[in-house]
Amino acid sequence: MLDKLARLVNDDAGLVRRGRFVNTTFLVAIDDAYSLIRVQEGRIVGVTPGPFITPAYSFALRASRDVWEKFWQPLPPIGFTDIFALVKQKLMQVEGDLHPFMSNLLYFKDLIAAPRKETKQ
Amino acid sequence: MSPRFEPVTGRYLNCELLGKPHRLFVEEAGSGVPLLCLHTAGSDARQYRGLMNDERITKNFRVIAFDMPWHGKSSPPAGWQDEEYQLSSQSYVQLILDVADALALDKPVAMGCSIGGRIVLHLAHQHPERFRALIGLESAAFTAPYYDLSWLNRPDVHGGMVCAGVVSGLIAPTAPSAERWETLWHYMQSGPGVFKGDLHFYMIDGDIRDRVAQIDINRCPLFFLTGEYDYSCTAEGTLAVAEKTGAPATIMQGLGHFPMSEDPKKFNDYLLPVLEKIRAL
Repeated sequence: MLDKLARLVNDDAGLVRRGRFVNTTFLVAIDDAYSLIRVQEGRIVGVTPGPFITPAYSFALRASRDVWEKFWQPLPPIGFTDIFALVKQKLMQVEGDLHPFMSNLLYFKDLIAAPRKETKQ
Repeated sequence: MSPRFEPVTGRYLNCELLGKPHRLFVEEAGSGVPLLCLHTAGSDARQYRGLMNDERITKNFRVIAFDMPWHGKSSPPAGWQDEEYQLSSQSYVQLILDVADALALDKPVAMGCSIGGRIVLHLAHQHPERFRALIGLESAAFTAPYYDLSWLNRPDVHGGMVCAGVVSGLIAPTAPSAERWETLWHYMQSGPGVFKGDLHFYMIDGDIRDRVAQIDINRCPLFFLTGEYDYSCTAEGTLAVAEKTGAPATIMQGLGHFPMSEDPKKFNDYLLPVLEKIRAL
């Protein structure tokens, strides 16, 4: 799913503009499969799959594959529509230096939900 | 498009609230049974624009919505710069009673959403004689914090953007885009620390779990409407209160935490049968 992320985000001019001050690398964990996602000025410039020995990142979003698959459905089931819905149910952990995440929350929420655009029901 | 005024009037009311002079912005439309509408935390009375523009509602109800002090076009009280805004159960109840008195409303129906949905439980418990009926939108007896609230008011994070970001997922994914972003715009315009101050009531001080069973719906009829996508006040949270009070509850399909604002047409279709029951009381 993450292999399409760069194209889906970078082709969305409004989303790139919203993230124009974002320069960070964050980690997405799908079960124990990790990927580092590098953002520069709102564009995704790298999606690097693990495993890593010493990964460096600002914040991490961790959930099971089952949770991510529900989250990425075009119309997710109730309770799976938003990162904070998952956090509240303890189905996702958001950890690390949250400043880039929280100060660009609308950007990151739409970035991480971008695969919904191409997911088959 | 040809210019058109909405049938909504907005005025500034100067009155004393909580023992201090205030300048309060009040909107209204329609005539009939007074329906006093309470907006969500960190937003303002514009959330009720869909009610005020629906003739099906305004032909029988005088829909009134005010911006709480510190919110929308209502000012904070003089001296606000030296205090931290924090809403409490006691101040919120008193504010509503003071506004109803200032507007000389005779037994209005009060309808509130989120923090407003919580406070109607407090009103039902403490002041049932003051209201013809109460409607709780997204009502639950308690919601525990599920993120660090300090992010909502700090100088190195844009307050408007983070407040909108926090609440954006509470809107149903099926909501019309224009209404979704209008709803978020209200959050982006909130003053610094206001949303956080309201959440003090919502997530800390306003816990009414130990008293909901004491609410007597024979003294004041109570109705609940909750959006199925709301993960802040969940359907389960509303149904638990409905069971303890005996008040009827409807879980609204295709709606989230801001039903009247995120999809007004869909919400009004759910609200109208409740209003008809209230008219028949």
